[in-house]
Amino acid sequence: MMMQVDEFQPRIVAFVCNWCTYIAADTAGVARARYSPNVRLIRTMCSGRVDPQFVLAAFEKGADGVLLCGCHPRDCHYNSGNYKTLRRYTLLKTMLAQMGFEGDRLRLEWISASEAEKFRRVVEDMTERVRKLGPLKSNGGN
Amino acid sequence: MAEKPKVAFYWCASCGGCEEAVVDLAEGILDVVAAVDIVFWPVALDFKVKDLEAFEDGSLAASFINGAIRLSEQEEMARLLRRKSKYVIAFGSCSHMGGVPGLANLWDRQSIFDWYYHKAPSVACGSVQEPKETVKVPEGTLELPAFWDTVKSLDQVIDVDYYLPGCPPTPKLLANAVGALLKGELPPKGAVLAGTRALCHECHLNDAKPEKLLLKELKRVHLTTVDPEKCLLAQGILCLGPVTRGGCEALCIKGVMPCTGCFGPTDEVRDQGAKGISYLSSIVDFDDEADIQKVLECVPDPMGTFYRYSLPRSYLVRAKEVKPHA
Repeated sequence: MMMQVDEFQPRIVAFVCNWCTYIAADTAGVARARYSPNVRLIRTMCSGRVDPQFVLAAFEKGADGVLLCGCHPRDCHYNSGNYKTLRRYTLLKTMLAQMGFEGDRLRLEWISASEAEKFRRVVEDMTERVRKLGPLKSNGGN
Repeated sequence: MAEKPKVAFYWCASCGGCEEAVVDLAEGILDVVAAVDIVFWPVALDFKVKDLEAFEDGSLAASFINGAIRLSEQEEMARLLRRKSKYVIAFGSCSHMGGVPGLANLWDRQSIFDWYYHKAPSVACGSVQEPKETVKVPEGTLELPAFWDTVKSLDQVIDVDYYLPGCPPTPKLLANAVGALLKGELPPKGAVLAGTRALCHECHLNDAKPEKLLLKELKRVHLTTVDPEKCLLAQGILCLGPVTRGGCEALCIKGVMPCTGCFGPTDEVRDQGAKGISYLSSIVDFDDEADIQKVLECVPDPMGTFYRYSLPRSYLVRAKEVKPHA
């Protein structure tokens, strides 16, 4: 897969849980699965560790999309972190829509340690969707 | 007799409630007037801008500026007061974080004008003049301040030394601030002159707050009969006390209304709205998507709920894309 130099290269920040998606991403790497280099992984101990402030800070610092990844329901290493993430995501989604963000810019996916292929697919799909949306417009003006 | 320190009060995009807070000092204002010279206070005293300009730079002890910055004139005045004053104190939520006027950042100048001067049902005949920055009349050209796309907090425009939070700040906090100023016992620059812990710590209903707070239902306060002796959260009413800076002594809760967050977040939190989301997500006691949706529908406007006073200070500053008014 060649990157087209002239097409828009979105920056996507992915917060990935140490116990599931991070391992899936690692497995994808070992398996030499190819996926877009547009995604920047940030490993957290749990998706529940991702404060909504991190998501907004990512957008502020130039991310065009943010991907939250955690363990499937009932699989959380800490019992309930992923449920908390689901609740935060639900509210964040409403709030970002009020701010004029397109829905595809924030995405939540459950990706277990064995789902390297799903990780690859999600990253590819999200990159394409955000690429279509174009860059996130800059803040403000006067 | 040594000259008294000079103090100015000014208002920008605000409702006038902060001015009221000064008057609410009641007889306490006599002590203030005895200790300082109020040299500029447009809402109460007849001084002109040229009087302020005539002072030497840095000759005022302090300026208390309330209101957000929405117009070019407000920014000019803020800069002038900054130049003339040793300390600038952002007074009230609007000045501190953008306040309620800051919610206008969900729109921009054009969409606001479209609505208010053309499309709103109260506009007669649909042919109302929008305010213009310059108007030619036979006597010459008149100028009006520019109306900007973005509402800003005071510290996004000038350097601010201290913040007095609140909508409005309580007379007690104002009196403390003036006292500290006169005695020269000021905290480090940038401090918020209120509590440092969350409001719950000083709330009289804190003892009635359950050890573990989990809610299966959220109630709207205007549709609920509230027990004034019981923690509002325990009754299912969304109170922002746990994520709001203390210092107001839980005035609203004493009036049986939930905290709406006017003192802003505590020092550890940068983005009040994001933290509000985090907090509500922690206390909703459902794991299933449909159940979660159902509970959260009771917060139809998360933006207005969690950023009621602080949208301009959010990470995102303002709306990316403006939707026309419905």
